[in-house]
Amino acid sequence: MSYSPILIRPMREELLAAGFEELRTPEDVDRVIAEKTGTTLVVVNSVCGCAAGMARPGVRLALQEGPRPDRITTVFAGFDVEATQRARERFGDIPPSSPSMALFKDGELVWFLPRHRIEGRDALAVAQDLRDAFAEHCAVPA
Amino acid sequence: MRTFAHHEHRHELHGITVVVETDGPEVWIGRCDDIVGDGVILKDADVHRDGEGERTRAEWLERAKRWGVHPNHRRAVVPAARVVAVRRLAEL
Repeated sequence: MSYSPILIRPMREELLAAGFEELRTPEDVDRVIAEKTGTTLVVVNSVCGCAAGMARPGVRLALQEGPRPDRITTVFAGFDVEATQRARERFGDIPPSSPSMALFKDGELVWFLPRHRIEGRDALAVAQDLRDAFAEHCAVPA
Repeated sequence: MRTFAHHEHRHELHGITVVVETDGPEVWIGRCDDIVGDGVILKDADVHRDGEGERTRAEWLERAKRWGVHPNHRRAVVPAARVVAVRRLAEL
């Protein structure tokens, strides 16, 4: 059984307000990740405040300045169940966790932040991890 | 505005992915739900037993530290009498 849309609405909107595209179906996931050029961030959103409560502000902070992915997208674990499953298939052998974040470059997974590396950290620390990943994989060569 | 579900009246490690060392060959990793008199309650957990599986204990822990673990046990209770240490996976 998936979460009530009323329950998760503010958590979804926190990312939508930052310009994220929601991937609601497996086809949405395939379409976005299949892009063979550019970079795509996929945030696996979650209701649990133990980690997601810092993940969302962290990613919003990271996107405010510096290099950023060409596409920023999200699936909601426990709500968009099939889309989340398809995204996790795209993460290869990495165990499922939520919240988590994946960065794809030219269709290949190049970086991943699992839940346990978000838990207990503040938004600034999460944002710094993301900025480091964006600088490495999303920066345009001078 | 921060938006999240909050869980009160649980152990401070509630929601944190932890490594539970035991006095036996098993080491557990999972999301701590609570620590009570009976033991450590884990969700979405996995266990490694020395001498079993393809990976050594060190290899298994190293991979878990980087990527996490597959949730082969939806819920598990590690008995208090067996627990030697509980620590955050991220701090391994």
